[in-house]
Parts: sequence; C-alpha cells; structure tokens
Amino acid sequence: MHKETLNARRLLCPLPVIRTQDKVKQLKAGDQLEVICTDPGVMQDIPAWCRINGHKVLETTSRNHEYIIILEVGA
Amino acid sequence: MSKQRKAVALISGGLDSMLAAKTVMEQGVHVEGINFFTGFCVEGHTHAIREKDKAKPKRNNSLWVAEQLGIKLHIVDVIEEYKNVLINPKHGYGSHMNPCLDCKIFMVNKAKQWIVENDFDFIITGEVIGQRPMSQSKSKMPIVAKQSGADDLLLRPLCAKNLPLTLPELEGWVDREKLHDITGRSRKPQMAMAEQFGFDDYAQPAGGCCFLTDKYYSAKLVDLWKSQGSKDYELDDVMLLKVGRHIRPQANFKLIVAREEGEGRFLHGYKKDFISMNCSSHPGPLVLLDGSPSAEDLYLAARITARYSQGRDAEQVDIIVANPDGSERTLQVKPLKKEEMLKEWHI
Repeated sequence: MHKETLNARRLLCPLPVIRTQDKVKQLKAGDQLEVICTDPGVMQDIPAWCRINGHKVLETTSRNHEYIIILEVGA
Repeated sequence: MSKQRKAVALISGGLDSMLAAKTVMEQGVHVEGINFFTGFCVEGHTHAIREKDKAKPKRNNSLWVAEQLGIKLHIVDVIEEYKNVLINPKHGYGSHMNPCLDCKIFMVNKAKQWIVENDFDFIITGEVIGQRPMSQSKSKMPIVAKQSGADDLLLRPLCAKNLPLTLPELEGWVDREKLHDITGRSRKPQMAMAEQFGFDDYAQPAGGCCFLTDKYYSAKLVDLWKSQGSKDYELDDVMLLKVGRHIRPQANFKLIVAREEGEGRFLHGYKKDFISMNCSSHPGPLVLLDGSPSAEDLYLAARITARYSQGRDAEQVDIIVANPDGSERTLQVKPLKKEEMLKEWHI
C-alpha cells in the first residue's frame, strides 16, 4: 500500500476536491491519500466525492483550523 | 441488444440540470455529470470563509445532486481558459460583468471535447427557453449549439419539444415524446417534475450560480482592472474580491478590511503577499493593502485601519504595519473620523 499527502491548504471548495480528484487519478486501487485543507467545506465535499466515485474515507480529523481527510482509492 | 448510449450532463447544482439528467436517465441512457469551476462559482466559497455562515450547510450542490442521481461527477478546473471568456466576451456582458452567452458556449464546447475524449454520445443541459434573458432565449439556443461545436449532439430535455430534433432523438437513443416543453421563468413545471421524481430537497439559487451576476462583485472586478490598467486577473485576485470591505482612497492602493473572524483568518493566509495592518492597542480587524502605497499612503491606511478598530474614538491608536517579508513597525495614528471616510472610497 502506497500513501501520499496532498497539501490543499488555503484552497476553497471545490478546488480541494479537484486537486484530490487529480491526485487520485495518479494512484492505484488500495493506495491511501491524506488531504490537508483549511476550508471546512471539505468535510462535506470530499466524502461526497468519494461516495460518488467509489473511494473510501478512512478518517476525518480537524485541529487548529485544519481539516484532514484520509481516503483509500477504490477500484 | 442495442448499445447503451452515454451522455454527459452539465450539472450546476440547481434543480434544472438535475431534472434534465434524470429525464434522460429514465430512458436507460448512462449519464455522468460534469461541472466546470471558473473561479467565480458561488458554490461553497464565501460560506466557507465567513463565521456568520457557519450554521449553514456547506455542501457543494453539484456533488450533492450527483449523489442524489447516483451518477459520477467530473469537476473540471477551467480557471485559466475561462479568462479569455470573461476578458473578451464575443457576445458582450449581461447586466453586470456576466458573459452568460459566451460562458454557456464555452462550457458546452468543453463538454463536447470531453465526450470525444471519453467516448460518450451526447450532451445534456438543463436549459429552459426563456428562463434567462441572455443565454436561454429561443434565439440564443441555436447559437450555443452551433458556436460550441456541439450542434445536434446537444440535448435540452426540459424544452426539447420546442426545439429542432437532435441526433439522440433522430437516432432513437431517447424518445422525444418523453422529453418536455417547458418555457419561461415560472418554476412550477420543474417543481411538479421534482415531486414526481421524488426530489424533495434541491438548491434554490436566488442570484444564479456565478459571482459575475452580482452588482457589488462586478464593481470590485471593474475597479481591479482599472487600477492595474489591464483586464487580467489571477485566481487569488478573484478570491480576494469575495472577501472583506474594499476601500480605495487613492488610485494606487486599496485596503481589504476583514469584516469578521473567519475573513480575518482567510486574509491572514495572504500576509506573505501583501503589506498588512492591524491595531495593537485595541481589538480590530486584519487589513491587507493591495497596490503600491507611498509612506504618506501608509499613514492614511493606518488611520483607516484605526477607524475600523474599537479604538475609533481614541485620540491615538497603535497600528502594526507588517511587510510581506515579516518585518514590522508600529505607527501611532489618530483614527479617521466618520465624516473623513469618503463614500466614494468604498468599492
């Protein structure tokens, strides 16, 4: 399993979703991606995008005005 | 067995595109959604920034619509390409800086490129004849189809019966009789259709889905172009136009004053790009200075910053002036009086 991190700080939705979408295209099924954002909207949008596109959200956390989502790339 | 046809639907997040996609899905066509991000989309942005909007749901309506329909959604970043649409609109602007007809032509053209690259058969939009004066009048609809290059691959299911036949209808990929003939600005037919499909929650955009239709936003964009002497912009420029009070006391600089904590936090992210000011002797907002202020201008800007602090009635307040490199100094200034704040400074 390969894991990567995407820095999406300062970006406002839907840009964190677009960057996540573009990054996921480069990954393989089963890989994990950690996305670090400052727009709280990602807590709704990235899980919604994952549900639509068959990826799995493993963890969501928020601390110090940062929002971190770890997802697993689907098949 | 006949081949299952595939269509891409332009999904704005509003009801019409949702109904258009659903109408075609009901006929057995495989539908996926596409949404173009121009940088001016209302979705999400300011709600994400402003504290006062924290109670509102922050869902992105295009993603939400796709989820309700059970379809994939492709969100495409067109920020760079869109600049030419906004700066040089062949068909001109609407009532503000909205190049609606050029925008629609651009998006349908992008969708046409997408269906070619992804082996899809046709394009769906939620357009309704007469719903919008600029891009959805009956005379403009053929212009969109022709100038986008989509021609008869563009199907508008909500008003198809009032338009010439398209290829999906001619080829029998969809049954024209099951399409619709909606016209005008009334929302009743769409609301009835939503009920029929079982959609009891959908976005009700009051002012469209684009900041360029907003009078105040457009004024700030025009001011930006005027101040820099050219019609150009970067994404950060258009983001900053959505945030704070914009005050231009001189042609060579303006202040962006955070209106509350959320905006202050957002503007804080730009401290490495702009001179910034904040009051250290009293509570007050973060202020960014955009432009090339002289030493005298900095003093005026500090007095304006003081005006927006809780020390506005004090004889003297301390204003920290921070440069993008992090160096700081403090100016002691007398806050500008209410009557000294000229109305024409406010953009």
